[in-house]
Formats: sequence, C-alpha cells, structure tokens
Amino acid sequence: MPALLMYSVFVLQPLALTIQYSLYRWNGVGPATWVGLSNYLTVLRDPDLLGTLVKSFKLVVFFSVIPVSLGLVTASVIHRVATGRLGIVTRTVLFLPQVIPLVAAGIIWGWLLSMPGLVNQVLSAVGLSGLARAWLGDFDTALPAVGLIGIWVLLGFCTVLLLAGMTKIDSALYESARLDGANWFREFVSVTLPSLRYEIGVCLTVTVVAALAAFDIVYVSTGGGPGNSTAVPGVQIYILAFLERQVGLASALAVMLMIVVLIVILPIQRLSREDRP
Amino acid sequence: MKVSRSELYAGRALLLGLAAITVLPFLSILTTALHPSGTLPSGLAWPAHPQWGNFVDAFQVANMDVLLGSSTYIVLAVVPAALIMATMAGFAIGLLRIPGARLLLLLFVFGLTLPFEGIITPLYFLEREMGILNSRLAIVLPLIALFMPFGVFWMRAHFANMPDDISEAARVDGATTWTLFWRIHLPLARPAIASLGVLMAVWSWNQFLLALVLVEDPSRRTMAGALGAFQGHYATDIPLLCAGTVLILLPTLVVYVLFQRHIIAALLQGSVKG
Repeated sequence: MPALLMYSVFVLQPLALTIQYSLYRWNGVGPATWVGLSNYLTVLRDPDLLGTLVKSFKLVVFFSVIPVSLGLVTASVIHRVATGRLGIVTRTVLFLPQVIPLVAAGIIWGWLLSMPGLVNQVLSAVGLSGLARAWLGDFDTALPAVGLIGIWVLLGFCTVLLLAGMTKIDSALYESARLDGANWFREFVSVTLPSLRYEIGVCLTVTVVAALAAFDIVYVSTGGGPGNSTAVPGVQIYILAFLERQVGLASALAVMLMIVVLIVILPIQRLSREDRP
Repeated sequence: MKVSRSELYAGRALLLGLAAITVLPFLSILTTALHPSGTLPSGLAWPAHPQWGNFVDAFQVANMDVLLGSSTYIVLAVVPAALIMATMAGFAIGLLRIPGARLLLLLFVFGLTLPFEGIITPLYFLEREMGILNSRLAIVLPLIALFMPFGVFWMRAHFANMPDDISEAARVDGATTWTLFWRIHLPLARPAIASLGVLMAVWSWNQFLLALVLVEDPSRRTMAGALGAFQGHYATDIPLLCAGTVLILLPTLVVYVLFQRHIIAALLQGSVKG
C-alpha cells in the first residue's frame, strides 16, 4: 500500500526519530551524546520552556473557548433572525478568514495592532486614545493580541459548523419544549446544546489543536516576542531546533507537546461521540 | 418561529457588526497598500493619490509569477498523488477489510492529532540525508504523507458507508477486485474525492511551516511560505508589504468567491468526519 509507505517514511519514521533525538544532546552537525531523560527534565525545570506549554493553554481560551461560545450565539442568531440572504452573506463573510493563509492573517493583524494601525485609530476615535499602544509589542498584551487574531480566524469556522448542526435539529423538539413552557434560554440549554454535542466536539477538537500547535500566526506576528511573552511550543521548537541548534531539547519539547495534545483531545472525542454509532 | 421585532433588529445588528469586523482588516490593508511606498499611513485612510503602482512594484519584488508557478506546481504534485493513495488505502481498509484493517486505521487516526511541529525537526535531517532539502520535492513528499491520516480516514468513511450489496452484485457478475474498484466504486466515490481534493489544495497552498523549514529559496515555496519571506524583507515598508499581501491573497479570494459553496461544504464535511 503506497499510502502506508509514504506515511511510514515521512510521518512515522520522523516521529520515532523525534523520540530518539529527545534522548540525546545534539547540535545537528557533530556527534550526538546520549543523555537519557535529561532533556525532559530540562523542559520541566526551565520556567521558560515549561511556560511555553502554559501559554499554549492560555491560547486555548482565545482559540477555542471564545470562538465556540461566540459561534454558538452567532449561529443561533442567524438561525432565528436571518434565514434568508443576510444569513448566507454573513456566513460567507465570516468564513473568509478560514481560507486565507494563516501567515496572511498574521501580517494583516500585525499591521492593524501596530501603533498607527486601525485598532488604535478606532480607540482614539471613541476617545480612548489613552489605551492605544503597540499591542503585539507590549509584554502584557501580546499574548491576548495573538489570541484575538485566533478568534478572528476561527469564529467563522465554528459559526458555520454549528449552524449546519442547528438546521438538522428536529423542530418538533422545540415545539414540545415550548409546550412544557420553556423560555428561549431553557430551550437552548435542554434542546440546542445536547443536539449539537457532536458539532461542538468537532469545533473544540479543531480549535484546541489549532491553539496548542499554533505556529504560523505567532511566528509571523510576534516571532515569540517581546521577550518570550508569546513563545508558544510550536515557535519554541522551531527556535530551539533551527536557530539555537539544540535538537535534543527541541525534540523533547515536541514529544511533550504531542502528548499534551493527545491528553486534551481524547476526552473531548469521547464525550462528543458517546451514544453515536 | 416567532421572533419579536426588537430581537430581529438586535440580531441583525450583531451579524452586521461581526461581518464588518471580519471585512475591515482586509479594507485596511487595501487602503494602506495604496499609500506612497515607504510612508507610514494610519490604519484606515483613503490616500490623496492612490498609488496603484505599488501593486506592480510588489508583483516584481515578490516575483509573483514565479511564486504562482511554484505554488501551483506543489498543489498539482501533491493533490493527485495524495488522492490516489488515500482512495486506494480507504478502499482496502473500508471495503475489502484486509487483515489488520482496524490496526491500520488506528495508526492513521493517531496521525490526525499530530502537530506538524512534532516531526519537523527529524524531517529536516532526514531530507538533508536524502539530498532533497531545498527542492520542491522537500515540501511535496512530506505533505502527501501528512495528508494520509485525514485522507485515508475520509475515504474509509465513504467506502465503509457503501452498502455491501453493490460489491456482492458485482462479484456475482464476475468482477475482479480491480474492476470492482475502477468500474463500480471509483465513480460512486467521485463527490467524496472532489471534496477531499478541494481541502488538500487549500491546505497545500497555505502550508507554511514545512516551506519555512525545508526550503530556503522563497521562489520554490508555497504561497504562504513565500509571503513569510516577503514579510521578512519588507517589514518596514508597510505600504509595499500590504500590497504584496493583497496580491498573494488575491488568487485565494477569487477562488473562494467563485467556489465558496463547495469550499465551505468540503471544509465542514472534512471536520465533521475528522
């Protein structure tokens, strides 16, 4: 099977090599020294490296939690008040950031969030010029600013997917809920949410992977800076392996990132697939 | 559904607001791109003298014609090969149920959650050994492989949902496995294959990390990879950078507007099955 051959050579073999590299100290050129698990200990002990994993979880809030919740609201609004043209147009427009390269999203927002950029322009237009700053260059705001880019990219995806799920819900369910005297909030909690469990699971899976393994947006918009305030694992692995030539350490971080992704994704998958064929 | 008038207006206002937030960034880089090269304009302002020439400059500076060719080459090399392999593997696992199919499927599914960063480092050293670093092959081969988990999973889902009667009827008529695949199932699988092709094309075009690490020369990269290099060189000349970004976005936007229904449908089905 050619598929298996390709997969083995270019995915499984590198995967095994990552694990192997992670046990050595190697600069990519000279001889490698066996160091056992010490690279892993370094990652766990160095607050900067362990911090990359913490940051990736903060990004989950921006990349997953907000887009999925806001997507639920937007989708139900479209479902209720804009079933016609407006709905289709909104859907198409909101989805747009999903098809452009993430690199482009990073560049566009790098400009918008810069000192003379649109964000500050809007702020001073509404009289909040005191808040204006170089959002991506500020230690306190850089990570949330990167998160904002993630929201912009992923909101449309979540909205469209959840909307597709909502249109499949049997309207009889709503009618019986209404007969039982449910208001729209109860309706949302007891009918919409359970029916959308599968779609929500998919949204969470895709967005959480996007957050934990974020690279393109961060690399382009901040490069991990200022300082290392936006150094997420993906960027840190790149820096370690290809700029600082610490291949072993980079691989150890990569292995840990993969394990973290698996640990987070598996429960989400299990929850959303329950009582599904 | 009964909806009150105030809810109607509030809802529509929310949607228009969100749509505006989505579109404004694009408008901002467009207007910025029209300012004189080298100046530092503000976020959203129509220039007094629109410099449409910036696009010509950016086209030449970025070698757009070479880039378009390079990206197209990569997409054309990746997508058909990946489609053929994924379809055959999906057929073998989903329909023929060859021995060990469950194990194989599990192996591929595991790859679905794999972040590219996890294997990029060894990939670099492997390709250096193979001597394909810095060629387009350096992007094409791993990309095909990285599409396998999703592709196989997708095609298996399609073939596994095919009623067995079709295959049995064909077998009774004396069809070999090969004719069964070519004559019966491949034509039936055309919509699934088409959606998968759209997805893979978008993903290849937008692939950044592989291009960044494995190919130094921007003119042999994907569109996204080249954009990254362009940003590296012209980060200080904001209007030119914006003009270049607009140009690089243009093909994607045109394709999206033309095929938006298909693309949305494909991306959605893709994630639901994944």
